[in-house]
Formats: sequence, structure tokens, C-alpha cells
Amino acid sequence: MKTFQRRHVLRTTAAVLALAVTDLGTFALAQDKTSVRFGYAISKTGPNAGGAGITTLPNYQLWVKDVNDAGGLEMPDGKKLPIEVIEYDDRSSSEEVVRAVERLATQDQVDFILAPWGTGFNLAVAPLFDRYGYPQLAVSAVTDKAPDFVQRWKKSYWMLGGGHDYAKALAAILADASKAGTINNKVAMISVADGFGIDLVTAARPAFEEAGIELVYDKTYPVGTSDFSPMINEASASGADTFVAFSYPPDTFALTQQSQVANFNPKVLYLGVGTGFPIYGKNNGDNATGIMSLGGIDPNNQENAAYRKRHEEVTGVAPDYWGSVITYASLQMLQEAIKRKGLDREAVSAELSTGTFQTVLGETKLEENQLRKLWWTGQWQNGQFVGVAPSDRDGASKIVLPRQAWTK
Amino acid sequence: MKSVLSLQVALFVVIVAALAFLPVFASPYGLTLMIGMLGYVTLATAWALFSGPTRYVSLATVAFFGIGAYTVAVFSESMAYPLLLLVSAAIGLLVASVVGFATLRLAGVYFVIFTFGLAELIRQLVTWYEVNMTGTLGRYIFLPVTPEGIYWQLLGLAAITFAISWGVGRSRIGLALKVIGDDEVVAAHCGINVARVKLALFAVSSTIITLVGAIQAPRWTYVEPVIAFNPTVSFLTLIMALLGGANRLTGPLLGAVPLFLLFEWLSANFPNHYSIILGLLFIAIVFILPRGVLAFAEENWKRWRRHEVKTVPGVAE
Repeated sequence: MKTFQRRHVLRTTAAVLALAVTDLGTFALAQDKTSVRFGYAISKTGPNAGGAGITTLPNYQLWVKDVNDAGGLEMPDGKKLPIEVIEYDDRSSSEEVVRAVERLATQDQVDFILAPWGTGFNLAVAPLFDRYGYPQLAVSAVTDKAPDFVQRWKKSYWMLGGGHDYAKALAAILADASKAGTINNKVAMISVADGFGIDLVTAARPAFEEAGIELVYDKTYPVGTSDFSPMINEASASGADTFVAFSYPPDTFALTQQSQVANFNPKVLYLGVGTGFPIYGKNNGDNATGIMSLGGIDPNNQENAAYRKRHEEVTGVAPDYWGSVITYASLQMLQEAIKRKGLDREAVSAELSTGTFQTVLGETKLEENQLRKLWWTGQWQNGQFVGVAPSDRDGASKIVLPRQAWTK
Repeated sequence: MKSVLSLQVALFVVIVAALAFLPVFASPYGLTLMIGMLGYVTLATAWALFSGPTRYVSLATVAFFGIGAYTVAVFSESMAYPLLLLVSAAIGLLVASVVGFATLRLAGVYFVIFTFGLAELIRQLVTWYEVNMTGTLGRYIFLPVTPEGIYWQLLGLAAITFAISWGVGRSRIGLALKVIGDDEVVAAHCGINVARVKLALFAVSSTIITLVGAIQAPRWTYVEPVIAFNPTVSFLTLIMALLGGANRLTGPLLGAVPLFLLFEWLSANFPNHYSIILGLLFIAIVFILPRGVLAFAEENWKRWRRHEVKTVPGVAE
């Protein structure tokens, strides 16, 4: 009796399996080229949803709308094909993002795959993009190892620099200001004990030492810390004119509030991710002026200004001042490369590596598959977060130090 | 009786051998699916090995899974691959022994909470160590392991897990476990060394789970504590084992395969409602099928044939 039943159960399972397989198989049917299929897996839920929902996803949606409103994606023969999107939620799980990208490549057989959000996720899917021959425009990934990755995965493009770039730019600014006598050469630094904070702080320590800056206070704090007053008090007592926090968005907002409450007024205040969010400027008004962070924009770039306006109109939220515009620019590069080379991924990848493109960033060209023309340091000035370093770059704003005390 | 047994063994061998040839025919995506499925089948079976008979609901699955993945990440450049797996297994075994020795006297909800905390504790320890000692958080795994290789290793591990589970179910230790599950005091009075039996099974089960993590890690390329110690793994394993029925050999398998396929189908077709559906499903399983589908089917079969039904309490109760 029992064996019969087990066999029955097994048979049912087999039937279910067979059904599932045929169901999945129907996706793979070849289609006429009446549209171009783009796919992506992005964190719509889970811990990464916040970042992905600000920097990446709105730009993907905005770009697809822009292209389709203009009649579609232009091919080399001038024909325009509308974009069709297949979107998956990776639920902030790396196993899921791997499977979703594999599904996009082999089941859905999309023409191009857009990159996921986050350093870890871009690395997790990089071998797949490489194996199936898709170009990977990794924007929201900060890594110092990009030069190695480019060698390993020829079709990968890294667009946001590495921790060393940002740390060195900051060290140079501080060294100059201290030489000019604006600030003393002492720095108090705190950092979040997670990917971003650790990368930056490991790069910052040697960079500060090289620049002759003395690190008088150096603490890490766990993710989710909400009370920063002990750290603020100690930093305040350390005698440093500069306070640096490589922090995540909630920490950045809390640090700003709690520094005001404690009346902590360092002459240089440098905070981490979140400083470049539009809401940060809105919340803090004049008090944001002078606060520095990573990223920035050229306030006089008309195309960028137009992009920001359209982004807010279409998606309902303003773009951030760091990765957003670069995400959109990466899509424009892809669009232009497809216009020049068609849907041949090999040729499009080669074009991305060597071509020069007109984007919202201005003229854009990759160096060894990396975008190196970036704003390493930005500062809030007149209600905008503007790029101040590298200071010799066109469109750089002049840094204003020391920052004003909090007004209450 | 003997012929039935040999038939079952032969069937098992044939199935495993047939599955071993699957990568030859399967598409890359099919292979990915099979890797994920085998991973969860092994996890659920290993979980049920300990938690099924003893009814100690463990949420520590991801703690050991993450240990395996992290060990591979840490030593991937300094060791040969087979040695890597051995070291992972050894570390998993060591941690399981220490933890088991200290905590298996906890019971019921205290044990559940403790195991849930354990995963978080290990994640925080790894983070602390990486931040303060090595100064990097993410680690890269560049191992020349192909998806086929991962598939075959998982298949081997799954087969071994089944063999162990089958063997335990028929041995004195299996009987001892069932007695412990029914009543620990009685078990102790029967002369069963309760602590030793529980510890042994917990260690075996945890070592297998560690190995699943170690084998799957090369697929990720990049490992961070948040990635390796993702609590969802624990919950999915638990719900798969419960759906199938944690007290039977094939229960976890029959829970893991359909649920895995269902999750895959849901995330492909309802990416925006996945979490809601998943939550409802969890509730439904615990309420409607607390003893698993196998037991449910069996009871109804018997009821239909007008037999007396004696329900056994399930793990979830």
C-alpha cells in the first residue's frame, strides 16, 4: 500500500516538473525583431531596495520612457525599435540575482542586460555577463579593483571609481586647506563597519598619512547605530578641525541632526552616502551649505540640469547627486553604441570601450573600460551639491572653507 | 522484505546515476535551476535529519551555510579545492560541536530563538574580525569551478545525505532520537544518553549544511557577511522540510522540489508580489499541513479507507 502511494506521489511530482519545464520553455520561442528586449534584475525589496530605488531603478525607467517616447531605439539603418523590458526583483539576495541574470540570458534571451545595484551584486553577476557575452555597465559599484576586473571580464565597465580615488581627493583638499592655515592638520574620522565604510576608511588612513594629516580619532561603528552623541563628543574634544564620517544614509542624516544638537561645528564636515540625496539639501536648508561628500555635479552643465528636471517630472523624485546621472549617462552610451553598431553585442562592447559619446555628463569616453572623469568630492553650495575636486576639471566649483556654524 | 529493500536501493542508485547525466542535456538555465534545487533538497534533508525526529526547530541553517561559504572565500587562494571543502567541513563540525554542547539542553521556543541569534552572532563576529583585523569586508572567490562541477558535487552530497538519513532512520540512534522527540525524560530513563545522541546528530546535520554553503560559494564570486548569512536561507529550508514532512526520509525532498519550482515561477511571473505570496504560503503550510503533505496524504488515504487515524504531532506544533 505504501509503495503504491509513494509511486503515486512521485508520478504527480514528475508531472508537475514536466509542466513547469514546458511552461518555461515557451518563453524561449524565437521572435521577429519588432522590439528590443532589455532585462534587468534589481533589488525592489530587501535591504538594498533603498539605494537601488534612488540611484538605479528610476533611471532605467526614465531612459526606457525617453527612448520609447522618441519612437524607439535607433538601429544603424535608421529603423526604430521600441524597447521591451523584463524586470525581476532579486530581493537583495545574491543567489537570486545570479539566477535572475541567468534566466534573462538563457530563457528570456534578451538583447541586453542592465546591471544590478551594488558592488557585491555587480561582482556576483560579472562572470555570467562575461560567459553569455553581454556588456555590463556597472555603475553603482565602487571598487579599487576595477583595473583587474577589466582584464578578467573584457566586457565589463566600471563607472564610479574606487575608494582610493575619493580618499586621495579628500586628503589633498585637507592638506591644501591646512597649508593655507584655514584648518589645523588634525582629523577625527568615523566609519560604518560595512562594505562602503571599510573600503573608504582603509583607503583614507594611508592617504591622510601621506598628505601629512594627523588622524587623532578613528572609530568604526556597526550598521544600524542611531546614537552618535558619544562619538560626536569625543571628536569634538579631540581638537580636530575636520570631521569625516564614511556613513550610510540613515547615519548621515542622524549625524547632521545630532551635530546640530551638540553644537558641534568642525570647520570641515565630510559625510558619506546620503549627503548627495536631494532630500538632504531640502531638510537642512542653509545648514547644508559647506558640507562635503562624495560625488557632485557641474551646476552650469545645461544638459545635466535638464536631465534633473525631467527625472523629477517623470519619476516624481529628484535624482541624487552622485550615481544617478552616471547611471543615465551609461544608458545613453549604450543607446548610442547600438545606434552605431546594431544589436551585435560584440561590436557594441567594442564601441563602448573605444567610442566617444555625448551624454548628460557632456562628452564621455571610457579609459580602459572605466569612467575616470568623475567628481571625487562635492560640496553643498547655494542649494546644490556641486563638484569641487578634481579642481582642475572643467566646471569645477571653488571649494568654500571653513564651513559656517549651524544656524538655529 | 529484503527484496523490497534491494529494489529501493537499486532505484535510488539508478535515479542518482540518471541525474548525474543531466548536465549533458540541460540548458544552462536548467542547470542553474537544478543547482538551486539540489542545494535546498540537501539543506532540507540535512535539517530534517536532526530537527525531524527530535522536534528541535533550528533556524541556524544559515549560520553553518555561511560558515561554509566564508571559509571557501577566506582560503580560496591558499588551498587546493578538495582541501578547502575538508577545512570547511571541519570548521562546521567544530562550531556545531561547541554550540551543540552548550545549548542542546535548551528546548522549545528557547532553542528556536537561540539558533536564530546564532546566525546573527556569527555574522557579527565575522564582520568584527574583518573590520578590525583585515580591513576589508568583501572577499573575492575566483575558483575554476564550473556549474557542472558544482552540480555534481551537490548531487554527491545529496546522495550521501539521503544515505545517512536512511541509515539513521533504521539504526538504534534513530530510534533513540524518536524517543527523545516524544519525551526527553522517558528517553533519559530508558538509558539513552540524551545529550550525546542529540549532539552527534546536530553535528552531522550541521556539517552537511556547511558543505552545501562551501560548494555553492564559487557561484557568487563576491562574498560579504550580509550575503553569506542571509536569514532567508534558514526560513526557506524550514518551510520546505515542514511542507514535505520532516519525519520522513523523502519528506524534505517532496517539500523542497515543488516549493523551489514554485518560488522560481513566482519570482519570474510575480516579481512585485513575491514576498506577500511567500508569507501567505508560510502561514498556509503551518496551519493546513502541520505534519507535511506526506502525512496529510496518508491520513486522508486511511480515513477514506475507514481506518482509525492516529495523528502524530508535527514539528510545527
